[in-house]
Amino acid sequence: MSWTGKILRVDLTSGTVKSEPLNTEWAQQYIGQRGLATRYMCAEVDPAVDPLAPENKVIFATGPLTGTAASTSGRYSVITKGPLTGAIACSNSGGFFGAELKFAGWDMVIFEGKSPTPVYLYIENDDAKLMPADDLWGQSVWATDKALHDRHQDPQLRVAAVGRAAEKGCLYAGVVNDLHRAAGRSGVGTVMASKNLKAVAVRGTNGVSNIKDPARFMKAVAAEKAVLAENAVTGQGLPTYGTQVLMNVINEIGAMPTRNARDVQFEGASDISGEAMHEPRKTDGRPNLTTNAACFGCTIACGRISSIDEKHFSVENKPQYHHNSGGLEYEAAWALGSDCGVDDLDAATYANFICNEDGIDPITFGATLAAAMELFEEGVITTEQTGGIELKFGSAEALVKMVELTGRGEGFGAELGLGSKRLCEKYGRPELSMTVKGQEFPAYDPRGIQGMGLTYATSNRGACHVRGYTVASEVLGIPEKTDPHVTEGKAGLVKAFQDATAAVDSTGLCLFTTFAWGLENFAPQLDAACDGEWTVERLAEAGERIWNLERAFNQAAGLTGADDNLPKRLLKDAGKVGPTAGMVNRLDEMLPEYYSLRGWTDDGLVPDETRQRLGIADSL
Amino acid sequence: MLKSLHIDPGKCTGCKQCEMACSYEHEQSFNPSLSRIKVFDFHEQGRFVPYTCTQCTEAWCLQACPVDAISANESLGAKVVSADLCVGCKVCTIACPFGTISYNPRSGVVSKCDLCDGSPKCAEACPTGAITFVDASATGLDKMRQWAQKTDTAAG
Ligand code: SF4
Repeated sequence: MSWTGKILRVDLTSGTVKSEPLNTEWAQQYIGQRGLATRYMCAEVDPAVDPLAPENKVIFATGPLTGTAASTSGRYSVITKGPLTGAIACSNSGGFFGAELKFAGWDMVIFEGKSPTPVYLYIENDDAKLMPADDLWGQSVWATDKALHDRHQDPQLRVAAVGRAAEKGCLYAGVVNDLHRAAGRSGVGTVMASKNLKAVAVRGTNGVSNIKDPARFMKAVAAEKAVLAENAVTGQGLPTYGTQVLMNVINEIGAMPTRNARDVQFEGASDISGEAMHEPRKTDGRPNLTTNAACFGCTIACGRISSIDEKHFSVENKPQYHHNSGGLEYEAAWALGSDCGVDDLDAATYANFICNEDGIDPITFGATLAAAMELFEEGVITTEQTGGIELKFGSAEALVKMVELTGRGEGFGAELGLGSKRLCEKYGRPELSMTVKGQEFPAYDPRGIQGMGLTYATSNRGACHVRGYTVASEVLGIPEKTDPHVTEGKAGLVKAFQDATAAVDSTGLCLFTTFAWGLENFAPQLDAACDGEWTVERLAEAGERIWNLERAFNQAAGLTGADDNLPKRLLKDAGKVGPTAGMVNRLDEMLPEYYSLRGWTDDGLVPDETRQRLGIADSL
Repeated sequence: MLKSLHIDPGKCTGCKQCEMACSYEHEQSFNPSLSRIKVFDFHEQGRFVPYTCTQCTEAWCLQACPVDAISANESLGAKVVSADLCVGCKVCTIACPFGTISYNPRSGVVSKCDLCDGSPKCAEACPTGAITFVDASATGLDKMRQWAQKTDTAAG
């Protein structure tokens, strides 16, 4: 098997919790996690639903390999309809919570309805119950984590929670587990909070003991672990520098969106890079980075554990931050750093701590603050709106103040909490929002990496890098090098990355393995562990099915080909310096070919024949 | 040569591959709650520490057991619990100063590290070399080498 075969259904309106069997036919078609939960969403939720209405559902989903000895087996996803985008939202997280949920015996938890009062779900193996959370409401993720550990007197308890931002209606609140790992994007935490659900606390001691062919599985796992260890990225780059290994690389090729993407290179990049995190600080002689850290089962260990200089202005006289916690990953360092023009490593680290403590997506937060800084510099907003804070590009003080306000949903932070699209529309400058489908794009400028323009434009959850990471090919040469400045061939490249990623995100393993692994490295592990025959072809087909089902959900939610677009700045304002000078993104050269490769209409709709071919015709 | 587990917390990333290898070897289940080795995460210090039985010579657990369910495997240096003999009285868990022998409510008997018959699965699964199985008389060799390297031989 390797699915537990059980789903926990939680009706928050009535306060009831019940177990039901997993639909194993769907598991064979959609694998688990992202794919399988999307299938349930399509069957149970009207895509046109208001994301914050009780009729929307939130699904916590593990994959068949979650909680096994396969490397990176700690993953789970949170799937819902997202409030930032109005599209399907699926956010993936590592840490230890996902494996614990599996060890408790659950493939998925489906939350429906809305609780009349704040509650949290407590799971101890087969036992699951809703418990009052009135005293946790209004608390940060970190305070909630501590309170639940104290209450249950169980150091092994794993907690996933939403923070104050989610409660206050920030549209990009995430679900944070294990203090610093997050299902971060698209506002999945906002939906959770809209249901008065504060946290899920789980303890699982059943383990995973239903591997199909254990001896073959252990052999496959050992072989694939060796592949990760021998690969330069997963064996050296990621453990040493984390994803921050990219900061200097992406800056050098002129693909670093800077100051709300006005520029394509950031002069302060090296000060906030992975390398800088290793340098002893001039002030206290200690490096920002204390150690690397793994998610459950992960032999890569890309995680960053960092501390901030106790004398740094952000934490001076705040002893509660004088310790280590989750440090900067590349996307966060970019959003809180380059995109706001901030080159203060400790300030960005502090902002990252707050994003974790209060559960907000650092990418959308940073990019929204960058848009606000541009509005401020253009004189559209003034200190009158910002509560006296000078929102200047490069101001670490503004970053620190604004992340605190946004985390708590107070003052101008409440406006920032709605994301840059709503902010810029409100102040009459919609073109300053760097979003697709309402979600901010991350740390790769599509003027310098053409394929990423198509990836952002067509991503089913709004602009996103982990839906089709063609940076791997266009910049790093994985699995093959393509020219980042060329549009030819990118439609096929993006499609292949999107489909493979959808499959990988459904297995329970981490996408970062794909720097070293292709589907041919996943297949033998899945095939040894899971019922059914799992070949590369079948995985690729499942990935394509998942992608199209997400698209069909969005289509039924009212999204069209017109939403497959990029901010004008990327299409019209050429890069000014470096290798990207004179270049814009040429989305129009890629999009029609992409639609045709996908088997969609010229308008980007998923027609019946494509639905029939992929077996999703009756899914919605 | 007698070998023993050597743990270097500085190399540990907290991934728990050891716990899965251990529980799979002894319980045919990926189940950290049944692992004889545990990794502790001191989050605020940024430290991970794997911890298990050191197979001490004094063997308080063995001495305390009223039914002789714990025996010493002299060639391995391991103190091994016989599940058939154990009556689940937990006296050994009180006697052990380190807490590395523990009661399993499901099986009704205690369990502890037995060095996997001479090829510890935790050491095999560890991706960083934080857990190794080395000559028992030389577990300090790494540290000695590090300090030796720091010795300033040039000083006159
Ligand atoms: S590669 Fe990084 S994010 Fe992925 S499982 Fe490992 S530590 Fe977690």
